[in-house]
Amino acid sequence: MGYLAGEYDVLVIGAGHAGCEAALAAARMGCETLLLTINLDMVAFMPCNPSIGGPAKGHVVREIDALGGEMGRNIDKTFIQMRMLNTGKGPAVHALRAQADKFLYQHMMKETIESTEHLTLRQGMVEELLIEDGQCVGAVTKTGAEYRAKSVVLTTGTYLRGKIIMGELMYESGPNNQQPAVKLSESLRNAGLQLVRFKTGTPPRVHKDTIDFSKTEIQPGDEQPKFFSFETTSSDNEQLPCWLTYTSAATHQIINDNLHRAPMFSGAIEGTGPRYCPSIEDKIVRFSDKPKHQIFLEPEGKNTSEYYVQGLSTSMPEDVQLQILRSIPGLEQVEMMRTGYAIEYDAVVPTQLYPSLEVKLLPGLFTAGQINGTSGYEEAAGQGIMAGINAARKVQGKEAVVIDRSQGYIGVLIDDLVTKGTNEPYRLLTSRAEYRLLLRHDNADLRLTPTGYDIGLIKEDRYARFQHKKEMVELEIERLRSTKIRPDETTQAMLASVGSAPLQNSVDILTILRRPEVTYAHIEPISPSSHELTEEMKEQVEIQIKYSGYIEKQLIQVERLQKMEKKKIPDDIDYSDIHGIATEAKQKLNKIRPISIGQASRISGVTPADISILLVYLEHYNRVIASRG
Amino acid sequence: MINDTIAAIATAVGEGSIAVVRVSGPDAVANVEAIFSSNEKLTEAASHTVHYGYIVDRKTREKVEEVLVTVMRAPRSFTMEDVVEISTHGGVIAVKRVMDLLLESDIRLAEPGEFTKRAFLNGRIDLSQAEAVIDLIRSKSERAFSVALKQVQGNLSKQIEEQRYTLLETMAHIEVNIDYPEHDVESMTSAFIREKCSSVMDAIEKLLKTANEGKILREGIVTAIVGRPNVGKSSLLNALAKESKAIVTDIPGTTRDVIEEFITINGIPLKLLDTAGIRDTADVVEKIGVERSKNALEEADLVILVLNQNEPLHEDDIQLMEQIKSRQVIVVLNKMDLPQNLNMDQIESRFDAQHIVKMSVKEQEGLDALEEAIAAIFFTGGIEANDLTYVSNVRHIALLKKAIVSLQDAIQATEEHIPIDLIQIDVRLAWEHLGEIIGEAVGDSLIDQIFSQFCLGK
Repeated sequence: MGYLAGEYDVLVIGAGHAGCEAALAAARMGCETLLLTINLDMVAFMPCNPSIGGPAKGHVVREIDALGGEMGRNIDKTFIQMRMLNTGKGPAVHALRAQADKFLYQHMMKETIESTEHLTLRQGMVEELLIEDGQCVGAVTKTGAEYRAKSVVLTTGTYLRGKIIMGELMYESGPNNQQPAVKLSESLRNAGLQLVRFKTGTPPRVHKDTIDFSKTEIQPGDEQPKFFSFETTSSDNEQLPCWLTYTSAATHQIINDNLHRAPMFSGAIEGTGPRYCPSIEDKIVRFSDKPKHQIFLEPEGKNTSEYYVQGLSTSMPEDVQLQILRSIPGLEQVEMMRTGYAIEYDAVVPTQLYPSLEVKLLPGLFTAGQINGTSGYEEAAGQGIMAGINAARKVQGKEAVVIDRSQGYIGVLIDDLVTKGTNEPYRLLTSRAEYRLLLRHDNADLRLTPTGYDIGLIKEDRYARFQHKKEMVELEIERLRSTKIRPDETTQAMLASVGSAPLQNSVDILTILRRPEVTYAHIEPISPSSHELTEEMKEQVEIQIKYSGYIEKQLIQVERLQKMEKKKIPDDIDYSDIHGIATEAKQKLNKIRPISIGQASRISGVTPADISILLVYLEHYNRVIASRG
Repeated sequence: MINDTIAAIATAVGEGSIAVVRVSGPDAVANVEAIFSSNEKLTEAASHTVHYGYIVDRKTREKVEEVLVTVMRAPRSFTMEDVVEISTHGGVIAVKRVMDLLLESDIRLAEPGEFTKRAFLNGRIDLSQAEAVIDLIRSKSERAFSVALKQVQGNLSKQIEEQRYTLLETMAHIEVNIDYPEHDVESMTSAFIREKCSSVMDAIEKLLKTANEGKILREGIVTAIVGRPNVGKSSLLNALAKESKAIVTDIPGTTRDVIEEFITINGIPLKLLDTAGIRDTADVVEKIGVERSKNALEEADLVILVLNQNEPLHEDDIQLMEQIKSRQVIVVLNKMDLPQNLNMDQIESRFDAQHIVKMSVKEQEGLDALEEAIAAIFFTGGIEANDLTYVSNVRHIALLKKAIVSLQDAIQATEEHIPIDLIQIDVRLAWEHLGEIIGEAVGDSLIDQIFSQFCLGK
């Protein structure tokens, strides 16, 4: 009953946050791209919290934007609250977090996809991958449509053999009662891929009119919102507040009384859940001495009465969920609109991927998002754009683009996945980055926009604006370095006003700006630039000067890292042949097949001595190749 | 770690009248220059020239050692990098001082076989030798690893782990503040970080002090004195150490634990282990002592077997000789002041004549002959583990010092109101330096700590 339904350069399966970025990137790079999804109404759906960003995750959104992706622009159009977090800490961990109008978010993304050249959006449930000569060459849907493509990107989210669990109730389902993809796992297994079972969950949603907000604390957005996209300059979005309340002693009692009905503890859940995102029952059992837990009430959009109950992720039976909700101050009379649930799904063991996100066993197939063992919209989108880029580059006969750990959180995320793997759904944290100070929210464009431009995702006009910013920042730093100010009255008064020691002699402005209490705004009236600088440029100047000591220290480490990353390992090396490498290391190396000495050195169980030997072997190998001409 | 600057002692420690420290890498000349005092500037020196001067303390500029420094510029050197060789007086002390000073800068202690590896990678060594280079790295790494492990077992590693845990808890607290800014955990303040870092720094300083005094990290050829009970092992130790450390009685089984003593013979550092006499015993405490003696025997680089020549060979003696037959052994025939009842053929068939020493510890006779025999074994290259032991000590001390510098940076940063995520950089560095001592990789322990210490979730 099969029929050839179309031939494309790139086929993207799944239109969640990973799939949307992958499809847009491939199409914008000029590849004829098809985006297939089980349900067209679920494009860019947020099945869990209605928010985007926060530490590390928000950084990823900035990076996606710097590369020419969509998530940042889309949330800037559809946010209903914007907050800059961690403003009391260093610039590297300042992080933007938005509450989204989740319905509007979907509509805007769908509209963008529909109006993008070279991109076709279609409904269809893929049941099987087309594999010829060991290569992935397309996919077949439930209706028998056969789509052929030069590269395929698979982003299945939690749909792959998805199973919803609420108390004693258990049924096959994708998120939010969508149809699950039941057959596709088999296709992956047949191709030799190792799969794991992971679990995640979501809290109940409640009706706004049944919340007594007077018993909660208001959490407003920033008065002067900042934006995710470097291209967004203003917004007239109206902001809505979130609300904070806490669990009570009664909540804990109800949970403890009903633990025997909790699938988390009865053994009904086989998948591994994330530690950083435990259900409320898990939190109360593991941290029994904590008297109360925070609960944030978050609007799901402007035109809906649904509120997301952050902090109350649970797979308790529905009746217990209602009791739990009503034991929380402010929610005594609450009506539940959707029940919380846990969901289990299949994922691919990510060490089976190259850093390009291509599957080692199945050339032509790329995977991104939750299928690779991550959780979170931002993590999914970050992988999605890279998978889309590399799928397109494969079609174009170009080398894969890999972002290294010093260039972006996207690089940290992908390198962790493909080099170390993960035992639980993986969440990005800023502490996973060794060069956190370099991977700032503010400099994502400096780090990645040149790459976006080289790839073809950043167009000339934007690149010109970027270069102008970069030049202005450099010029201004040079000016501050070479300009001295005298200890005159104005200067001393300024210094006194911020509690800074007076000057003894003339010094360059750079030195003064390094004092912790002095900011660029203090310097500006004394020695203004002759150029017109935007706030963004001034911020950049200030950060680069103020933290230069720390930044330089990390740059030295990065230089070493990059030397190791540049030492590439040929594809056809058989580690079993290398005399001298420890057996455990040989097995790991043969399995992971690192692309560089840098990646090899991060594999657990591979020692510095193994790396030394590998270097000697490679040198030997290269000289032999060279002598053969 | 490719192309940073490395240093190592190029000659066997303690041997000969001159010791050489070799430094290789892009910053070799500048780094040596920083601790060299002379009429000439090394940075301006021509390649393949020798310079007379003093190694000086970086800060105080005090003269530490009189040296000759040879500069060899890339690519005309063994590694094809810039190489500086510092020739000092022989013996352990001089070379140790120079190494300590070098490692206070950005110079890293060379990995086992690293100079040869670099020579190969830079094209200096012929292709046919690749395998030999690999063997060298592997065998040296294994030796170094086992020596390092031996060194950090027990007390030192426990103390370091305690301090690391304090740092880890502090780091997890900082990270939660950063990654979960809206979570209701206590804010991490500069004052709190300062308090934690200061306490760890004090502990490490104490450790370093004892290390310098030679009580914990003291180096030496591990030399086990073994033999049946009451053949005079403890008396021998006391005679060598020239003080009474072990309790000496004529009751067999008096020494019930391993006693350590550090001595120097002809400039060779020895770590002497006096062991409980090895015999089958029903006494529980003595049994434990016998067990420990057997362990001491395993770690030893050199074994001194003491026999009572006044008695014929006992079955326990024969068993012991079997056990140590593949080791470097010196046989002491004690109690020469008494009549000889030992059948010498049984000894001479098992051991080289030059390794057999006749003594009367009681009468202080034959001590010189024993010292000569030990020195002879050492200088003929029979023992080399000492280099590794010594080197791993240098490495530990350098790492402890680096940890202190990082903690000082962190403490200073808290005083300058630097944001906590930047202070974290130095706290983490200190934690990593300490981890290197006990051989712990960076790994995911921080992430694990965050989630076990704090209740987080959505």
